Amino acid sequence: MKPAPFVRHTPRTLDEALAILAEVAPQDGRVLAGGQSLVPIMAFRMARPAHLVDINEVAGLDKLIVENGMLIVGARVRHGAFHKPVEPGPLGALLASVVHNIAHYPIRMRGTMCGSLAHADPSSEWCLTAATLDAELVARRKGGERIIPARDFFEGLMSTALKEDELLAEARYMLLPAGTKFGFNEFSRRAGDFAMSAALATYRIVDGRIADARVGVGGAEASPRRIPEAEAALNGQMPGDAAFRAAAEAASAAIDPLEDIQTTGEYRRDLVRAVVRRALEASVK
Amino acid sequence: MASRIIGQSRKRLEDPPLLTGQGRFASDISFPDQLAMRVVRSGYAHGRIVSVDTSEACALPGVFAVWTADDVADLPPIDVRLTNIKGLAPYRQYVLARDKVRYVGEPVAVVFASDAYTAEDAADLVVIDIEELPAVLDAAGETGDFAPGLPTEVIVIEKGYGDADAAFKTAQHVVSLTLSVGRHSGVPLETRGAIARYDAKHDMLEMYGAAKVPHWNRDQIAIMLGRERKSINLYEGHTGGGFGVRGELYPEDVIACYAALKLGRPVKWIEDRRENLVACNHSREQTHRIRAAIDAEGHILAVEDEFFHDQGAYVRTHGATVADLAAAMLPGPYRIPAYRAVGHIRLTNKTPGGTYRAPGRYESTFARERLLDAIAAKAGISPVEARRRNLLQKADMPYDLRVDTLGTKVVYDSGDYGGLVRKAIDATGWQTLRDAVATRRKAGETVGVGLAMFVEKSGLGPYDDVRIELSPSGAIEVITGAASIGQGVETVIAQICAETLGAAFDTIRVTHGQTDRIERGLGAFASRVTVMTGEATRRAAEALRARLLAIAAPLMQTDATQLTVSDGWIARTDGSGPSMAIADVARSIDATHGASSEASFESSHMVYPYGVHVALVQVDRETGGVTVERYLVAYDIGRAVNPMLVEGQITGGIAQGIGGALLEEFLYDERGEPLSVTFADYLMPTAHEIPPMDIVISEDAPSPLNPLGLKGSGEAGVNAAGAAIAAAIDDALGMPGLITRLPVTPQRLKAALAAR
Ligand SMILES: Cc1cc2nc3c(=O)[nH]c(=O)nc-3n(C[C@H](O)[C@H](O)[C@H](O)COP(=O)(O)OP(=O)(O)OC[C@H]3O[C@@H](n4cnc5c(N)ncnc54)[C@H](O)[C@@H]3O)c2cc1C
Repeated sequence: MKPAPFVRHTPRTLDEALAILAEVAPQDGRVLAGGQSLVPIMAFRMARPAHLVDINEVAGLDKLIVENGMLIVGARVRHGAFHKPVEPGPLGALLASVVHNIAHYPIRMRGTMCGSLAHADPSSEWCLTAATLDAELVARRKGGERIIPARDFFEGLMSTALKEDELLAEARYMLLPAGTKFGFNEFSRRAGDFAMSAALATYRIVDGRIADARVGVGGAEASPRRIPEAEAALNGQMPGDAAFRAAAEAASAAIDPLEDIQTTGEYRRDLVRAVVRRALEASVK
Repeated sequence: MASRIIGQSRKRLEDPPLLTGQGRFASDISFPDQLAMRVVRSGYAHGRIVSVDTSEACALPGVFAVWTADDVADLPPIDVRLTNIKGLAPYRQYVLARDKVRYVGEPVAVVFASDAYTAEDAADLVVIDIEELPAVLDAAGETGDFAPGLPTEVIVIEKGYGDADAAFKTAQHVVSLTLSVGRHSGVPLETRGAIARYDAKHDMLEMYGAAKVPHWNRDQIAIMLGRERKSINLYEGHTGGGFGVRGELYPEDVIACYAALKLGRPVKWIEDRRENLVACNHSREQTHRIRAAIDAEGHILAVEDEFFHDQGAYVRTHGATVADLAAAMLPGPYRIPAYRAVGHIRLTNKTPGGTYRAPGRYESTFARERLLDAIAAKAGISPVEARRRNLLQKADMPYDLRVDTLGTKVVYDSGDYGGLVRKAIDATGWQTLRDAVATRRKAGETVGVGLAMFVEKSGLGPYDDVRIELSPSGAIEVITGAASIGQGVETVIAQICAETLGAAFDTIRVTHGQTDRIERGLGAFASRVTVMTGEATRRAAEALRARLLAIAAPLMQTDATQLTVSDGWIARTDGSGPSMAIADVARSIDATHGASSEASFESSHMVYPYGVHVALVQVDRETGGVTVERYLVAYDIGRAVNPMLVEGQITGGIAQGIGGALLEEFLYDERGEPLSVTFADYLMPTAHEIPPMDIVISEDAPSPLNPLGLKGSGEAGVNAAGAAIAAAIDDALGMPGLITRLPVTPQRLKAALAAR
């Protein structure tokens, strides 16, 4: 459990970081953020990056502000920053209700939201949040920047659209309109474990009926995503048990479930049914 | 009469260094010039070793040596202790694999380098070519060959008494179950470690990082290395958890010692977590096919159990202990007129097994208590009633079970089993609890209560020695052959010494785990220390007290019978006249050395504490998740020297029991690749998963086998946890007999529900 040899770079500015990343990326250079995923896999020697570009001292990446109706989360912002609402509207409350499901307190004080997104664990709560809310992910490289919509960002198990010389500099979330309802639920074997399935739902109520429903499911497929079938089962319905069950059933049927030696596809569908319904129930509590 | 210290919850003497960050665990020990040792392990479950190429590893700067089986060809396999069962020898493990590998994680080569990083880099460069062979993974399935002419069925243990066949022929009902317990083990937070060095000037080999059984390991290393016993010393430091697995003699310990000798430099080996989960003893995996013959009222007429014990790839130091204990302790607290157990000890291509806290009993209690629940269902009576009808009575004590284990006859020394059930039921507020459950069920919740009982064993002999030295300054040292794996040995022994001798508790220093301080010692296992070392301490203290009083009497111008000792002062029983410090008496005996005494306690019988577990669980029908909401253990310990420590033992045990019931499991794929190699896959319960606990310590049945009435408490919290939780889940779902396999994972519970 001692990592293989590596060189650690400690840039102070974003330009410097991007220049080093451009140089070392071809030699398996990687970004080091909170280290809560990367360091364990290095200790196991499952990852052997020759270079680490440590961004923990890069100026400006700790940005956490609302600008033009969007919440901007820089690459150095830790999970723990969301323990209290970061903005007074529904988005701040949503993020605060989700964050407590991530790992344990010490890990949340170190791990970063952008690190989670870049790591792309299928069960990651932040990946689910970004997918459900259609976050915009700002990728920076030496001499360039592009904005990747969440739906194009997650490409499968631990795999994203980021190029190896790209740094995920920011995640941006549209603020949620006042009155937006939301609910989150996940199932894991122990508190703080990666979820075996998780769901996040948001919607508004217009004339007593559900509108603009978003239902995201994580941990059940290779990447978290919105489930249109579940959203369709909600839109136009009165919020309540019947609609919630219909949406849960639709989500359960729509997924292409991950399977492993302990977990059958059928069981994963059971879990999705449960977490989607419970997320929706949480939205009215 | 000396002031009462035994029976008080004294704070632990051992805590100050631990609580102030001054602990000294294995990895805290280093010597100048030491080499870091790294083991290269098999990546295959079963295969023939074609070649091991160490050339690239040897060439790496900083690498001092790389060894393979050829370099340790002189070393015999590691022997078995505590057993008189024959036929185990051919299945023992050599310290490095010879021509075959038999589990993923088996040591094949070992690197010695300047530091741990280089050693691990070099280990990656060792190329092991293995021709894969089919793996045997199911101990209850088809057997294979360990080696030509040696089947993977090592031995079959048979125990029993009475005419079971006749009982089954005439019984009103027969209840049959197939039950299994998953592979899990003690997983101490401190991994193993061995730091060895050789002092040529004194021709002395030393090993640090020892635990549990330092004397036996010292003797064994001496035999394996062909050295004089007196030329090796083992030293125990702080130990971050034992649980049966830590401190046994493993290949790595022997290699570190041998290397220190051969390479002439200190050698330090610290196990990492991934190694720990594939290299340190596994335990528990058993399948039981059990049946009971009963009459119409649910009285047991006979019990028969055939079980398969998955020993993993080799027979290790515990030999046949786990299966032997499972067979011997299965009858538990019940009157079973006829009994037969047939236990198959089978090898598989998995990490070798050993004992884990309540070895054989966690498993056989699960089997027996599931059987009792099935009997209740069959006879149409409540699970509590089924137990009451079959319990042994107080008047049956002492009760000769007519089986033996660990070289002793199983004779329950004392007990009031029915009385303890009543205490447990009172403590839980049984009726209120049942009512609350009923109300919650009506509201749609899936909650249930389960109860399970057990008899434990403790205080395994055959002996323990203690020497007490009273220095002229008044300081007292109690030197024992016991070991401390964190359970509070120092505190308990000091309490017994202080009260018996009449000394102040905090003047006592207890020495353990140091082979150079006492000739022999058996160490810490089988909940034995408080009983065996405790009684030896009491004897030595009593002898010393008598001696001090005899010397003091003429000085104090009275008769020894008129004197008493308390808090280190000798005074007249009537309170008149002056008093005298025991230190002064010690000085008058020998101004330089003071006074001392020695005593041994020999015992050929174990003592038998017993307990009741009650679990309240909630089941999530949709996900299969199970939450333990509350847990109670009532335990009769005979006499609790320090109730706080007894509670501590039980509390930790419950946590481990819940782990084995719901979470912890070493899983393998179909090729024998281990899947539980990190703490993300091997799920230990955390504080979140552990419910509020109630612990009832009862002292109704002191042991008649030692004057203080002592019994042990190390294994009480874990013993019946699997059984009680399984019963509670059945109860919650209203499906008696649903749970037949531990751990109850959500996936398995959902599948079991779907199959109904
Ligand atoms: C015991 C434990 C339990 C956990 N449980 C959970 C859980 O329940 N849910 C959950 O979501 N997570 C969990 N985690 C993971 C944790 O949330 C990590 O913090 C997170 O996944 C990664 O963030 P990081 O900042 O630590 O990234 P790092 O570990 O530093 O990096 C992770 C990966 O992302 C890359 N990377 C990081 N930042 C960037 C960037 N800005 N641009 C490009 N690439 C980047 C790195 O190169 C690396 O490949 C757990 C971790 C542990 C140790």
